Amino acid sequence: MKPFSIRLEKRQTVSLRKQILNPILFVLLGLVLSSIFIAAIGISPFAVYAKMVSYSFLNLRGINGSIEAALPLILCGLSVALAFQMNLNNIGAEGQYAMGAIFGGSFALFGPSMATPIQMILMFLLCAMGGAVWALIAGLLKAHWNVNETIVTLMLNYIALLFLDYLCYGPWMAPKQTTAISAAIPKNLYLPDIAATKTNSGILIALVIAIALTLFLHYTTAGYQIHVIQRSVKTAEYAGINVKRYIILVLALSGAIAGLAGFVQVTGVVHRVQAQLPGGSGYTGIVIAYLSRFHPLTVILVSILFGGLINSCAAVQIMGVPSQIATMIQGCIMIAVIAGEFFNHYQLTFPTKEREWEVNE
Amino acid sequence: MTAFLISICTSAIVYAVSILYASIGEVFSQRAGIMNLGLEGIMLMGAVSGFLSVYYTKHLAIGILVVILVGALLGLLFAFLTVTLQADQTVCGMAFLIFGSGLSGFIGKNVTGVASGVKFETIEIPLLSQIPILGDIFFKHDLFVYAMYLIIPLSMFYIYKTRPGLILRALGENPAALDTSGINVFALRYAYVMFGCAMTAISGACISLSYTNFWNEGMTGGKGWIAFSLVAFSRWNPGYAALGALLFGGISIVGINMQVYLPGVPSQFYGMLPYAATILALIITTGSFRKKHTEEPAALCQKYDRESR
Amino acid sequence: METVPLLEMKGITKRFGKTLANDHVNLRLYSGEIHALLGENGAGKSTLMNILLGIYKPNSGEILHRGEKITIKNPKYAAELGIGMVHQHFELIPPLSVAENIFLSMPHRRFLLNQQEMEQTIRAFSEKFALPVDPAAKIWQLSVGEQQRVEIIKLLCRDCEILVLDEPSAVLTPQEAKEMFKTLRTMADDGKAVVVISHKMNEVMEHANRITVLKNGRVEDELLAQDATIERLTKAVVGARTMDEVTAKPQKEPGKRLLEAKELTVQNDKGLIALDKASFELHAGELFAIAGVAGSGQRELAESLAGLRPSVSGQIALEGKDITKTTAKERIGLGISFIPEDRLKMGLIPGMNLKQNAMLKKFRGPTCSKGGILKKKSIAAMAQAYVDEHAIRHGGMELPVSLMSGGNQQKLLVAREMDGDPTLVIAAYPIRGLDIGAAEAIHEILLQQRERGACVLLISEELDEIFALSDRVAVLCDGKLMGIRKTADTDYEEIGRMMSGELA
Repeated sequence: MKPFSIRLEKRQTVSLRKQILNPILFVLLGLVLSSIFIAAIGISPFAVYAKMVSYSFLNLRGINGSIEAALPLILCGLSVALAFQMNLNNIGAEGQYAMGAIFGGSFALFGPSMATPIQMILMFLLCAMGGAVWALIAGLLKAHWNVNETIVTLMLNYIALLFLDYLCYGPWMAPKQTTAISAAIPKNLYLPDIAATKTNSGILIALVIAIALTLFLHYTTAGYQIHVIQRSVKTAEYAGINVKRYIILVLALSGAIAGLAGFVQVTGVVHRVQAQLPGGSGYTGIVIAYLSRFHPLTVILVSILFGGLINSCAAVQIMGVPSQIATMIQGCIMIAVIAGEFFNHYQLTFPTKEREWEVNE
Repeated sequence: MTAFLISICTSAIVYAVSILYASIGEVFSQRAGIMNLGLEGIMLMGAVSGFLSVYYTKHLAIGILVVILVGALLGLLFAFLTVTLQADQTVCGMAFLIFGSGLSGFIGKNVTGVASGVKFETIEIPLLSQIPILGDIFFKHDLFVYAMYLIIPLSMFYIYKTRPGLILRALGENPAALDTSGINVFALRYAYVMFGCAMTAISGACISLSYTNFWNEGMTGGKGWIAFSLVAFSRWNPGYAALGALLFGGISIVGINMQVYLPGVPSQFYGMLPYAATILALIITTGSFRKKHTEEPAALCQKYDRESR
Repeated sequence: METVPLLEMKGITKRFGKTLANDHVNLRLYSGEIHALLGENGAGKSTLMNILLGIYKPNSGEILHRGEKITIKNPKYAAELGIGMVHQHFELIPPLSVAENIFLSMPHRRFLLNQQEMEQTIRAFSEKFALPVDPAAKIWQLSVGEQQRVEIIKLLCRDCEILVLDEPSAVLTPQEAKEMFKTLRTMADDGKAVVVISHKMNEVMEHANRITVLKNGRVEDELLAQDATIERLTKAVVGARTMDEVTAKPQKEPGKRLLEAKELTVQNDKGLIALDKASFELHAGELFAIAGVAGSGQRELAESLAGLRPSVSGQIALEGKDITKTTAKERIGLGISFIPEDRLKMGLIPGMNLKQNAMLKKFRGPTCSKGGILKKKSIAAMAQAYVDEHAIRHGGMELPVSLMSGGNQQKLLVAREMDGDPTLVIAAYPIRGLDIGAAEAIHEILLQQRERGACVLLISEELDEIFALSDRVAVLCDGKLMGIRKTADTDYEEIGRMMSGELA
């Protein structure tokens, strides 16, 4: 760090105000960064941003659309955030989402019909199970043989998506269809809208899960043990905590939540199973979890903002902006916020006198 | 049958080379103590920047230069985040994954699916390509492959037989010790991360300019991750990485070819082979039921901070 | 002795934030001498040496090299001046060979490595100063003593004139230490200036020419070794405070047999045998000490008793019941408490607050939770009780414990481990890095536990501590239990020889 003539001092504690202001500042910086790329293809970034905001957030229809787009993002974000509470990198939310949709979808499409509530609950559980089973592969490998969960979960994404692809092009493909989609699920499995505002009721499910997760992490012995393991595996073992069991538990739970993204998407949004259903939500979930500092309730807020971003893609596409703008902006924001994190831990002070060789002591 | 085997081997080499640039680059980066999980994103950036520049200039040399420059710039950014700002390397890797795939899709939108017009042509090496079988397998390739024939022994020589290589091996083990003997740990890490990213970008270019000849969003299809897994698999040795890459290449190519012979199995299942093989390889090479291998750089993924010594 | 010092530090002051680490320190080093820098932990010895090495820059003061004023702006420049240091934690790279490690630190600029030439240079130095070492061996294959030799050869190969050694005898047996000081003497005779950082007065009086005593960042005394007496040094090192006067009252009656280990064999992290067929018995109401050079298998022994490390073979029985296969959680339930050696790596969670650290062993119990739900009020009350009882100073219950001083962290850890009246207390280096006040408090607590009827297993490398506190002492050398003695019936000499493996 020699080239810096400024001095850095390590901060011991960070005030809450700084903790909130810092990411907001650097999200804006990320938007500045992405506006360079937008300008580079010859379109005014201001026009694009203005269009995005007005389309997604300035009217009820837009807000409902943003919330709907945010549903799978919230669950994927919560999934990643939970795993990260134990320093586990679950970047397989994408695949777990797909497996959730496959498990739940098979029941919805081919299962027996029963009373709606029972059918709904079974569908819910099956989606969770699909995601959990998929994450469990990585969990067991990590717990017993210490195999890097990052790569395993990622590889499982490709496998799950190929499997979904196979089903939707093959045995599940709806008759008289040329695209890879299944027939519609029974009408009684559609999630109803909230009557007053026509908002997708999936948001309530997401909200309940986020609150439950917060309580679980902060008010139970299990949550306490997860945090001990996060900070020091050695000390956790010293305290008699079964680290292996928690690795398996947390990854399975994380996978289950990602699997529920399949539930809300199939029952609440598309009402069928289709190839490429997750469409990158699992990866966006990583960005969301990171920006939310892994707090479950913040995940909801950030997800709705990102839902708006995705929702407005179609609107800005008319202006000639490629739809990949959403992922691009996410990447820029994440890099900017990572850089900003540094200034939460360090404080810049300008030296009064000569340069010092050492940066901090 | 011979012709079939030759074609399998030739294709396996081409596949292997397309991930090896990234793997060898990452070997250097990890030996310097910086783990870059975002290979996939950087590969995509390499693929799209190479394709775009060749598409517009019709000059392959310019294309490669642009690719190296883009890779190095991304490396500079990655090093700035992980070395100077000491950000978590895993999180940074994921950010690069998303940044790379988003930005590459964004800037490559207009050229999706069209041909570049120019591509790296197969060059038959005089005399050597005349050797029966071996000549067909090894000496009828394009420049990417021939360059790799040189890079593998050179990189091994550099790591194990030279003084900078010795310093590199130490860098990932104990940066503090190097720092006290007056070696600039930060500058070296910057250099190796930039080198690694440039190599990774070349891997991407390999895919868009040689392996195929078009650009498509997300066209690397997980090859960046396979390249990443190969690093631990190869125990941070470029030679073993080459063998591992050939193995993966073989598996994928055999999978593609099996479709012809066993059409009953849906193509998606053959497509799963390399990913399943990666998981299997990862279990075999890094699973803790084996004796813990000591080759992993001790300081890998740890931030180096003068203050906390 | 020469009149112009080889190196002189004048009025060195170094501030870290509000604390004054060095306050107008003067230090003179002459070639041909062994100079001891004596002082407690935190007296400013390391800071001063880091300034000498160019790692820190002083706030004020000047440094003269052969009478000429210089500024040591970075470690590289210090190396060019011929200043080198052997740190307490060796800066060697385990997977590389001895030759490669030494070659790394040399200012060569040649591109290719010449294995043979490297090995020849090393052999030359290793013969000249009687420092036997195999240049082709990998560092991880070497013993600690051999690694120290490599560090010293490293400095010699760089033509160092001023060699600083930080606590060089800490990792050695008394006999090995003697050999090492002999080598240092040859080097001094060769015209080099050798600085030995130490807190052991006996050692310093025996081997040094001159002694500088640091206390609270100031030079308290500077004297020739022949003028030194224990009283004078003690006064300089600890000042008006009395020395650690905590000594054990004679043991009442050896209590009933509490724990029995039979041929216990344990592996270290590398999968090598670190504790080899150790058998011993521990009794209620006794303080049983384990002496030995660091890395002789103490950590593996302690962790194996605490249930953190599986044994390869052998049994552990507690009150007659075989507990060899029980988990760490079950052993906590059986009343086995453990004060680990590196509290911030194991034992405390630096990033968590006082309450969260206090509940670490009890979160399952009725005080802290019910049906898996945490009882936050009750936890806070428990933590407050620890704070009150042990006078733990902290900046706030909600702040991470990493902000507390080492002594207070250790008090918190000990308070937690003593809660619930354990039957066996395993204390590994419990006073390492603490100031004398905190160390005394910890010793008091351990003795109270003994009085109460618990068995205390004290692992230490300080013979003074062992002789002051223990009833019986066992000696570990290279993973083998060399023998067990009644502390009253043995002496430093015998224990020292057992530590070096001479006497079984």
